[in-house]
Amino acid sequence: MKQLSARFERIAWPLGFGIAVLILWQVMVRAFNIPPAILPAPTEIGAAIARSTHILWIDWVQTAVKGAITGLIMGAIAGVAAAIAIDRVDFLRRGLLPVANFVAALPIVGVAPIMVMWFGFDWHSKAAVVVIMVFFPMLVNTLAGLAATDRMQRDLMQTYSASHLQTLTKLRLPAAMPFIFNGLKIATTLALIGAIVAEYFGSPTRGMGFRISTEVGRLGIDMVWAEIAVSALTGTALYALVALIERGVTFWHPSQRRRR
Amino acid sequence: MTKKPVISARDLDLTFETNDGPIHALKGVSLDIEKGDFVSFIGPSGCGKTTFLRVIAGLEQATGGDVSVNGMTPEEARKSRAYGYVFQAAGLYPWRTIEGNIRLPLEIMGFARADMPRRIERVLKLVDLEGFGRKYPWQLSGGMQQRASIARALAFDADILLMDEPFGALDEIVRDHLNEQLLALWAKTEKTIGFVTHSIPEAVYLSTKIVVMSPRPGRITDVIESPLPRERPLDIRDTPEFLEVAHRVREGLRAGHAYDD
Ligand SMILES: Nc1ncnc2c1ncn2[C@@H]1O[C@H](COP(=O)(O)OP(=O)(O)O)[C@@H](O)[C@H]1O
Ligand SMILES: [Mg+2]
Repeated sequence: MKQLSARFERIAWPLGFGIAVLILWQVMVRAFNIPPAILPAPTEIGAAIARSTHILWIDWVQTAVKGAITGLIMGAIAGVAAAIAIDRVDFLRRGLLPVANFVAALPIVGVAPIMVMWFGFDWHSKAAVVVIMVFFPMLVNTLAGLAATDRMQRDLMQTYSASHLQTLTKLRLPAAMPFIFNGLKIATTLALIGAIVAEYFGSPTRGMGFRISTEVGRLGIDMVWAEIAVSALTGTALYALVALIERGVTFWHPSQRRRR
Repeated sequence: MTKKPVISARDLDLTFETNDGPIHALKGVSLDIEKGDFVSFIGPSGCGKTTFLRVIAGLEQATGGDVSVNGMTPEEARKSRAYGYVFQAAGLYPWRTIEGNIRLPLEIMGFARADMPRRIERVLKLVDLEGFGRKYPWQLSGGMQQRASIARALAFDADILLMDEPFGALDEIVRDHLNEQLLALWAKTEKTIGFVTHSIPEAVYLSTKIVVMSPRPGRITDVIESPLPRERPLDIRDTPEFLEVAHRVREGLRAGHAYDD
């Protein structure tokens, strides 16, 4: 009972606050007669969403699902796999890690056009941009996680004469999970940004980034805001999904235990 | 029956090379431990108790001398599952239940799946933790966690149990209780036990043989064969025999210090 009301409060507060902001926004726009080209009222954005549901859906599938989520999954797997390889082979630590560092420093506005040239206008190039953006935070966090076991835990494995693979799967990867999920949360945010921005550098006639850039040119500001709303909702939902899986996987970690 | 040492150390030397120069952790250490012995290592901190135990377990390489376990090198003995090691902290994996933690060495050593529940059941009973198998370590008290870690070390039937200050972090009352249980367990399983402690009463109460060590360089200054019977109720600690052994240990520790100054 007490837990239920605590959960209700956790949702009710931000929800109530959000609604208050929307109401204030609506009142301000009307009161000061702000032109829709500068800032449309929430009701106008709502109307645009209702009017263009089909377009928004097509854009969402193109950018969020095909570009961002595919890229996120591939980049996350690649990052974790590279971390395991670097951790195992010292020559990779000295060779690959600096290269990964260098790639991480490349600006997205430079990478995106090149990926479009390599992989074409469709979502493949956007997923490639996302892979590049997501790879490094996943790599660094997984490496930190793999180093997070203490000497006694590793000594214990040694008294069992455990192999490298056994130590990895039974000790170091489980211990690394809180770190891997930290990386995944960062990566989730980056993935959506990357997929949207990459469309500015060439895309088919659909996608959230494509829509935002063309509607700005046509002064369809309500549609721009509609896409922004969809992307914000998607980002929040994706983040919540990762946090939910995290709670299931790292239930044992002190930061998760208190909430059980 | 002729007794053959299970663990035999001859003139062990171990020097750690550190940035501040070499540290003589062990110097000229020789000791025989027979089957079924309960041997305590006692001495001030830094005298090489942990290091000695780690050398026996093959976790550390001696820089001189010989050590054999069951007639093998420590590494070979380890691969033949000769010993279970209990650390100062329980070190249970928090993502595994108590059962899961005890299953860990069984999984690694390739025991048959079908065999595992029976083994887990048995060792949980030995350490008096029946019914707690499904709990997570962080749901248990420190004393219970340490007992679970002993169960983990017992699960694969090693003949030798090496314990490095296993009860050091626990309060006196819990420690008394666990000491009693450990003796009962030792009587039941007839294992050979190497036990590091810095408590004189604990060493005297538990051991058939007490090894007194002193630091810089770490060495053995006295080996005391206990005249106490194997069966030991807690109040044996008030008998004159007990106090006499405790006195000799204290003398040994003091002598080690005098040597040091
Ligand atoms: N891995 C190591 N590297 C360098 N010095 C060490 C290492 N392990 C232990 N020592 C040193 O060896 C000495 C003996 O340590 P240890 O065996 O842990 O003593 P004890 O367990 O009796 O307190 C100490 O001076 C300690 O600092
Ligand atoms: Mg020690």
